[in-house]
Amino acid sequence: MKTELIQVKSRDAEDELSTIEKTVYSDYKYGFVTHIEADEAPKGLNEDVIRFISARKKEPQWMLEWRLKAYRHWLTMKTPEWANIKFPPINYQDIIYYSAPKQKINPKNLDEIDPELIRTFEKLGISLEEQKRLTGVAVDAVIDSVSIGTSFKGQLAELGIIFCSMSEAIQEHPDLIREHLGSVVPITDNYFSALNAAVFSDGSFCYIPKGVRCPMELSTYFRINAENTGQFERTLIVAEAGSYVSYLEGCTAPMRDENQLHAAVVELVAMEHAEIKYSTVQNWYPGDKQGRGGVYNFVTKRGICKGNHSKISWTQVETGSAITWKYPSVILKGDYSTGEFYSVAVTNNYQQADTGTKMMHLGKNTRSRIVSKGISAGFSNNSYRGLVHVSKNASNSRNFSQCDSLLLGDKCGAHTFPYIEVKNNTAVVEHEATTSKIGEDQIFYCNQRGIDTETAVALIINGFAKEVMNQLPMEFAVEAQKLLAISLEGSVG
Amino acid sequence: MLTIQNLHAGIEGKKILNGINLDIKKGEVHAIMGPNGSGKSTLASVLAGRSDYEVLDGTVEFLGKDLLEMSPEQRAAEGLFLAFQYPVEIPGLNTVNFIKTAVNEIRKYRGEAPLDAVSFLKKMKEKMALVNIEQTLLSRSLNEGFSGGEKKRNEVFQMAMLEPRLAILDETDSGLDIDAIRIVSNGVNKLRNKDNAILVVTHYQRLLDYIVPDFVHVLYNGRIVKSGPKELALELEERGYDFIKNENKAEVA
Repeated sequence: MKTELIQVKSRDAEDELSTIEKTVYSDYKYGFVTHIEADEAPKGLNEDVIRFISARKKEPQWMLEWRLKAYRHWLTMKTPEWANIKFPPINYQDIIYYSAPKQKINPKNLDEIDPELIRTFEKLGISLEEQKRLTGVAVDAVIDSVSIGTSFKGQLAELGIIFCSMSEAIQEHPDLIREHLGSVVPITDNYFSALNAAVFSDGSFCYIPKGVRCPMELSTYFRINAENTGQFERTLIVAEAGSYVSYLEGCTAPMRDENQLHAAVVELVAMEHAEIKYSTVQNWYPGDKQGRGGVYNFVTKRGICKGNHSKISWTQVETGSAITWKYPSVILKGDYSTGEFYSVAVTNNYQQADTGTKMMHLGKNTRSRIVSKGISAGFSNNSYRGLVHVSKNASNSRNFSQCDSLLLGDKCGAHTFPYIEVKNNTAVVEHEATTSKIGEDQIFYCNQRGIDTETAVALIINGFAKEVMNQLPMEFAVEAQKLLAISLEGSVG
Repeated sequence: MLTIQNLHAGIEGKKILNGINLDIKKGEVHAIMGPNGSGKSTLASVLAGRSDYEVLDGTVEFLGKDLLEMSPEQRAAEGLFLAFQYPVEIPGLNTVNFIKTAVNEIRKYRGEAPLDAVSFLKKMKEKMALVNIEQTLLSRSLNEGFSGGEKKRNEVFQMAMLEPRLAILDETDSGLDIDAIRIVSNGVNKLRNKDNAILVVTHYQRLLDYIVPDFVHVLYNGRIVKSGPKELALELEERGYDFIKNENKAEVA
């Protein structure tokens, strides 16, 4: 039923258009700073800062040790340089690693939350109240580093679902955290995930017990606020046998001249017959038209299909950030498990995106599907990087990959780096790729039917991205269509 | 309805139209014929406002307004429709969605409220029957993988939905077999009425067996060198374009 609804929605021209009309301005819409008193760690990174973060969060000793271990390992690592992106060296001593809005006590309900924070969310168009009332989406909002108030908790608790901030989970559910945290993305995994493990300040934790189908979309809204603060959130979702959950993540950041570092880690664990659907709309500040400022987004997202017949599906719409470095992946360990990756990445002006996925087929009869749509405009560079690995024991595995690029103008670049490693000869791996340009002919055709150029581009782009957009839950699909149009405004004609 | 006076136009520095004069009144069907390279498609493109063509001189008045001052989308909204010789494909864009967008954008320009889903559907069903087009075709991506005949039928269907005052059919018969020409022409004929006008641009006379014009104009070297009743088309068919060319050489000489 849900899918049908989405299709009706995406086919409804009226909706597409009215959203575009509303967004006639082309500057970054979410560029405002909320003045809230913040409790900050001193600038820079060392073991004392990590102890400070851990102490502020009243963490148990094992958590502190985990962080320190990650930090010490990070010190031995180097920034990865294999991606098709260019940026000046990051000064890790010039970043504030912990910034928490000052709160009197832990809020029990919305009335206790700083009204200034609530206003921030209202500006973002995701007021907790509204979300609660209208959409039935449970929101765990993260501003800078601390999760402030989670709605719908009561209703979820009745089903045994845990949906809370990571800090709370460490306090309240240490066994679950110790079992799963770092089990999919180990602290030694890569440079940015190690950094995250050392300094992560909050994030969301979600646990769906055996056989439970989560009745609503769970959602986190991330936003970077304080100046010079990196945001290092950590998300963990565990779906026990036979359970189902759909999780939405939305991201924005205020406009700033300096680059803000964002290095998140998301881990998903799906047991036998469980299904996790994880959708992201990423709209971090991309920098200005000359390429100044913007968020550096270095994210590690990985899920494991641990049990047989389990399924993990990533859907992402990436329109923001000066740099996007992100490869949501699936380890297909259980037999008959399924991994999916649906992606739309848009780059404009001087944005750079190097994004894709890894599908690791370990179990027998595993399936994966990759649909990647890259749209480049301005002087931007957009790369798809993907790995399909079929191990020796993964007999009868199948993969299908489709990578399409669309170019607007002739100063941007689209690149595809598909890696395929097959160690089992019963596997079937298919890869298709296309590159096309928005033609003057297409735009003129629309113009001749009374459709102006901006609207024409939006129609063409949304057509190009449709297969991915149809995967998004309806609440997100409309916002995502709007974002595509905004991101590309002024890039044609 | 449409008055073209002394129109000169070209593309990339190359002059193609050398002083076109043409007057089309409502209720009329005009045919423009001519050999390859005579400027037929250029004329259609210039009237629709294609930006790579440059107007060098002359005026075009459409329903009392200066057509050349308007953007292509304004011209469309004012009631000018071009049935393309090569309709473009837009992958992933649902045909119905596209047409609904066009209908409502034009309504917006005219200060009318957008059609709601029910009225749009009703209108669509009615026009589908009129021009003989199947639902399955319209639920596909715009022109993607359509055969030549399907693309042209889709053009005529869009014409039916947008109800233009002046429709320009640019080589609508090209690439079609005789059955497809008949179907497309039947659609066009059903859309003819006393308040609209049609300008048929074609190389061959055969289309004019089905869409019968009131006037035929022969375009050669960017000028209308001969005008006459529908019988002129038959004469051209019989004698070929050479006699026009020879006549003109004689004139020049």
